[in-house]
Amino acid sequence: MAEQNLFLTELLGLDVFDLRGRRLGVVKDAAIVPLVDPSRIDRFLVGGGRYAWLSVGYDQVRTISLEGIHLKDEVLKPYHSDEYVLRLVRDLLDQQIIDAQGRKVVRVNDVTFDIRREDGHENDQLWILEVDIGVRSIFRRLFQGVLPRLWIRRLQGPITPNSIRWEFCSILEADPQRRLRLNISNRLLEEMHPSDLAEIVENLSPDDREAIFETIDSEVAAETLSEIDRDIQTSILESLETEKAAEIVEEMSPDEAADALGDLEAGHSQEILDEMDDEPKEDIEELLEFPEDTAGGMMNTEYIALEGGKTVADAAAALRKSEYMLDSANTIFVIDANEKLTGAIPVARLLTSTPGTKLSELVYQKPIQAKVTATEDRVTEMFDKYNVLTLPVVDAEGKLAGVITADDIITVLRQR
Amino acid sequence: MIKRFRYHIAIFFSVIGPGFITAVVDNDAGGILTYSQAGAKYGYLPLWTLIPITVLLIVTQEMCSRMGAVTGKGLSDLIREEFGLRTTFVMMAILVMANLTNVMANFAGIAGSLELFGITRYISVPAGALIVWLLIVKGTYENVEKIFLCACVVYVAYIFSGFMVEPNWKQAAIDSVRPHIQFDSGYISMLIAMVGTSIAPWMQFYLQAAVVEKGITAKEYAESRIEVIVGCIVMSVIAFFIIVACAGGIWKNGPRDLVTAADAAEGLKPFGKYAYGLFALGLLNASLFAACIQPLSTAYTVCESLGFESGVNKTFSEAPIFYWLFTGLIVVGGGVILIPGFPLIKMILFSQVVNGILLPFVLIYMLILINKQRVMKEWVNSRVYNLIAWTSVALMVGLTVALVVISVRDLMNPPS
Repeated sequence: MAEQNLFLTELLGLDVFDLRGRRLGVVKDAAIVPLVDPSRIDRFLVGGGRYAWLSVGYDQVRTISLEGIHLKDEVLKPYHSDEYVLRLVRDLLDQQIIDAQGRKVVRVNDVTFDIRREDGHENDQLWILEVDIGVRSIFRRLFQGVLPRLWIRRLQGPITPNSIRWEFCSILEADPQRRLRLNISNRLLEEMHPSDLAEIVENLSPDDREAIFETIDSEVAAETLSEIDRDIQTSILESLETEKAAEIVEEMSPDEAADALGDLEAGHSQEILDEMDDEPKEDIEELLEFPEDTAGGMMNTEYIALEGGKTVADAAAALRKSEYMLDSANTIFVIDANEKLTGAIPVARLLTSTPGTKLSELVYQKPIQAKVTATEDRVTEMFDKYNVLTLPVVDAEGKLAGVITADDIITVLRQR
Repeated sequence: MIKRFRYHIAIFFSVIGPGFITAVVDNDAGGILTYSQAGAKYGYLPLWTLIPITVLLIVTQEMCSRMGAVTGKGLSDLIREEFGLRTTFVMMAILVMANLTNVMANFAGIAGSLELFGITRYISVPAGALIVWLLIVKGTYENVEKIFLCACVVYVAYIFSGFMVEPNWKQAAIDSVRPHIQFDSGYISMLIAMVGTSIAPWMQFYLQAAVVEKGITAKEYAESRIEVIVGCIVMSVIAFFIIVACAGGIWKNGPRDLVTAADAAEGLKPFGKYAYGLFALGLLNASLFAACIQPLSTAYTVCESLGFESGVNKTFSEAPIFYWLFTGLIVVGGGVILIPGFPLIKMILFSQVVNGILLPFVLIYMLILINKQRVMKEWVNSRVYNLIAWTSVALMVGLTVALVVISVRDLMNPPS
């Protein structure tokens, strides 16, 4: 056969012939069963004859070409709706999907198949190659059934194609149950950068957002949720099952979790808190006490603080224990026996000091610090004035209560 | 109790915007012209139509905002997903054409109103186009919405000019509630035109998209509905004052035909420069406002439904079709106004024809969509509501078809 590719727009309306060359009807839809194979067309739905729609399995097909589909056996089964089946016309065409490589939401105009044939056998199979978007596929759709298939192929030539490889397509399905049956994985989404995923999620409808957060890995969900616009964040948390919401919030950093929960109705955020483990719960509850636009509301409670008598080696050990903080911890804090803040040491300084050095020896001036009640303006001012990356926040008695990091400040400034 | 009430008020203000802006922009240059014509020629008699118009407007707008809140998708997206690409494409093609003529009418409004202040159109139209373009490209949704809400306030100008001409309030009050029909073809076509201009296809697309963009969800829908209703009532109040101003200012001294909206302001000259100036200011504001919203909403609607990149936060190379589309609408829409001898009146009649052809389809698709359980879940229309909605739509379609017939007749042999 000359053409190796076939478009869904061409497949639809293609005549289907039985063993003796009698016309059974035309192709109305094609379906995959993702649990069996994510890209091979498993069955063709044939209609338009005198019968109800027929379901023709891929193993019943002899040849597929622009002239029609020829079958190789006579077993004809009526079509039954089946929940494990993804029908391309009904469920994919004209719907939105996520292009995981291009990191955007796109709308499916057409689908490109590869016609595959094993050597020496007459059993053509269709495999999904690409999902088509862009002008070329719109052109095909508009003239599908109006102009002969070969003309369309010729006329579309000059238009640049715009397609997404099937492996990079993540299908949206708002029903979590059906997501499972259709074996729609979140692997592609989980591999994306949380900020990219956040931007995509913001562009989706509430139902699709919910479905994604309902099924995605909690850690990825937490990182993504932290990046999402506040209003949408709230509506996602509201829509999720309390248990799932708690799982996600637990994975968020306490300050972001507190911000997210702070926007919910009091009753609902309490329900979520009740589902959580004690440790993150207490941290968040503490933070929720502070008004949002004060240092107390901005800070988070993930920091490393040691008493002045401890050594550099102890500090290194403490850092090793808090591995999840290594990306963000650039300062360790020194406190006295009453938890009062006495100094701050940049992590880099630990590297240049001998392991036996006492931390108190490395502190030489009273650290820059903010009170929990300091206003947002005051805090940003301090960051600007003292050029710090991490600002410790202390309570009324001078005890270390939390830290504010530069990325929190960037978020605040961006929002203005 | 009070707290609950406050909570609702807070939500009401957070959802304010979409419904209000849509309904108010409905009084664009074309709308103002129609209402002025009605008042100048028939005095207070056509006032009674405003109550049924308000009801029709509320019914259609309510459905759009409900669809937006429940599905989180724009109207054109839903049409695309449920009715396929070809239908959508044809609708979008007509929509672009209809909105191009709307934009022309509004640039004519800008030119006409500023000429009353002695500014030539060769300055006002390019300046207006530039302002519109910059506002769209440089503005974010939030601050543009604020500017738009301020523009809504300028409509108060009509209320003042309505008072200044010292109309016969008693007569106006009586005619507002007493239906009057006289069988003269001019009067009947005037009534039809009033209803016809009150509901335009672009509004349905814009409103639903704005509701989605604002992130209004089914939960806040109760407040959003109030906002839509208030917006529709405000629109009618403004229309009332436009008609009253023209009835009290022009019709009283002898009924006459107006050709442009600027003629109406001219007619108010004897009542002092304020009545005249305020009317002209109102026209300028309305035209500029609509000239912003219509091209932008068109570009969004078309691009999203056909799957092209869209959004002012994208660069020109990322979303070329989006930028070309709204720039083209502004440039062509404004440009033709500068062509000497351009048949603008014909263009406006043509605009009514195109809008009129599109509207029945939009409304009927809307009704089908809003009754789909799969799309709207428990938010489908109730039976009683459906009865009202289908009756309204039937009435609208009937009147619109009549308007198309009248406009085509006028296009063929222009009234001298």
